[in-house]
Amino acid sequence: MLLGASAAVLIPRMTKAAPMPIVRLSEVSKSYPPSKRGAAPLLAVDKVSLDIEAGDIFGIIGYSGAGKSTLVRLINALEPVTSGTVEVDGRVISGLRERQLHDVRRGIGMIFQQFNLFNSRTVAGNVEYPLQVAGMPAAERKARVTEMLEFVGLADKARNYPDQLSGGQKQRVGIARALATSPKILLADEATSALDPETTTEVLALLKKVNRELGITIVLITHEMEVIKAVANRVAVMDSGRVIEEGSVFDVFSDPQTDAAKRFVSTVIRAVPEREALEQLRLKHPGRIVTVSFADGGVSQSEVFLEFANHGVTFELVYGGVNEIQGRTFGHLTLALKGDRIDAALAAISRTVSVTEVR
Amino acid sequence: MDALIALLPELLDATFETLYIVALCMLFGGLGGLIVGLGLYVTRAGGLLPNRVVNTVLNVLVNTFRPIPFIIFLAAVQPLARAVVGTGIGDPAIIFSIALAAVFGISRIVEQNLLTVQPGVIEAARSVGAGPWRIIRTLLLPEALGPLILGYAFVFVAIVDMTAVAGFIGGGGLGNFAILYGYRQFEPVVTWAAVIVIILIVQLVQFFANWLARRVLRR
Ligand SMILES: Nc1ncnc2c1ncn2[C@@H]1O[C@H](COP(=O)(O)OP(=O)(O)O)[C@@H](O)[C@H]1O
Ligand SMILES: [Mg+2]
Repeated sequence: MLLGASAAVLIPRMTKAAPMPIVRLSEVSKSYPPSKRGAAPLLAVDKVSLDIEAGDIFGIIGYSGAGKSTLVRLINALEPVTSGTVEVDGRVISGLRERQLHDVRRGIGMIFQQFNLFNSRTVAGNVEYPLQVAGMPAAERKARVTEMLEFVGLADKARNYPDQLSGGQKQRVGIARALATSPKILLADEATSALDPETTTEVLALLKKVNRELGITIVLITHEMEVIKAVANRVAVMDSGRVIEEGSVFDVFSDPQTDAAKRFVSTVIRAVPEREALEQLRLKHPGRIVTVSFADGGVSQSEVFLEFANHGVTFELVYGGVNEIQGRTFGHLTLALKGDRIDAALAAISRTVSVTEVR
Repeated sequence: MDALIALLPELLDATFETLYIVALCMLFGGLGGLIVGLGLYVTRAGGLLPNRVVNTVLNVLVNTFRPIPFIIFLAAVQPLARAVVGTGIGDPAIIFSIALAAVFGISRIVEQNLLTVQPGVIEAARSVGAGPWRIIRTLLLPEALGPLILGYAFVFVAIVDMTAVAGFIGGGGLGNFAILYGYRQFEPVVTWAAVIVIILIVQLVQFFANWLARRVLRR
């Protein structure tokens, strides 16, 4: 597995009496005018309702063109909504005037796939820019820039220009710039998609640190399930402008409901064999094949295997694996069975775990 | 050659006059072109201050006036020059006419150079809460500065060229000098002296601009 299992449990830190989500989208839609006259407008985001709790690393996954970037730009009002309301930190921001939006945006950092650093400014100058915009006095700015560059581990690059940095370093400058004004929320639009796997791991680790040490809520847009698996605690799956599935990362990974979610999950989890793999298995194992799904905290595998033994059933593990997400384990094991009392064994086992006959 | 030596004071005066005319044309034309170019850029669809009407008007204006051959433009704007600077001939009229012509040409150069700035960079600035005017001042112009310097150097050369042409309608400077003392007096050496001075000015400015742009772009 590319990024390894992530063990960190991300519990929302800010426990209020009645926890109000830090971002709440209610029936939010965004359409763009048609490219051709008379054509239907392009509905990039279609009636999305979503709550993002403070302290979350909230992943939004979907294929290219699903509307992820548009959605995330509605949260800091870089794009105005067509309908619906966007609430950030308890304040309705849809419909605010441009001037008021400047203040809102100062409370929301953003990082980008292409980093979007200012080439005319040094690394320090990039980090300083939002502070200048916020009107912070020069002496304080300097201290804050130093602090941020130390946080992202680039203190020695302060006087360099962005074109002298590697991709991973550029993104770290992007993160320092986005967090300079101490926002509560960080929006990351495909922040690791232009990076190689190793650098991706580094940047994701930094984002985790941002979430854990600074308590910043992160909205993470990506088309890579690896990224979600590595850092997110909640995930929404987008398709054609709609959020078609949403839940804790564990739930969605262990039991995806929609086809799109299943496809994404299958990119990182070996769950149930797909048709081609199945045909191969059938050739080798003409007998009965079942998939046993273990949920978190349920029965131990040894108990299941013991049942098979008790009924004189032998098996071969032919597909699947055990995964750990958010410190919880689940797995799908596909077994080729041999024996006379298979039915009895399956009946006993299915009292404790879910068993699917593979046909 | 003797003729040239005798005319050296006049050549010096003409050189300074050309520099003076070019400087004022660059100042007014450059500023006007910068403003119109910025206007073209920010009012585009998806720009910092999108405005269909203003954008269309500016585009039509620029597209109408830019292609007019300069010598015809000079004659055509003479009445306007008279109205604005009080005279249709001489340096003030020349400066007015060249600056006006330059505005249209420069505006396109400015627009094109601003378009080289990645939209994502502008978006990053918007995302930290910067308003359009601040972005223009503190980000857009600095980010496009290298290409802008080279663009203005290109314009400088074009304006030197225009001042020489304007010598035909009574503008002073090296063009006038070449016509008056060289061409009309059948003194090719004098004409060539003016040409060489023009080449020197152009070379110097281009060299300086290249150096400056390289410094700005750090390559
Ligand atoms: N500024 C825009 N104008 C017109 N259409 C747009 C604009 N931005 C995005 N779209 C369209 O909206 C849809 C969603 O795009 P986007 O949000 O970028 O998707 P994703 O980030 O998931 O790849 C796409 O069909 C895209 O072409
Ligand atoms: Mg996108």
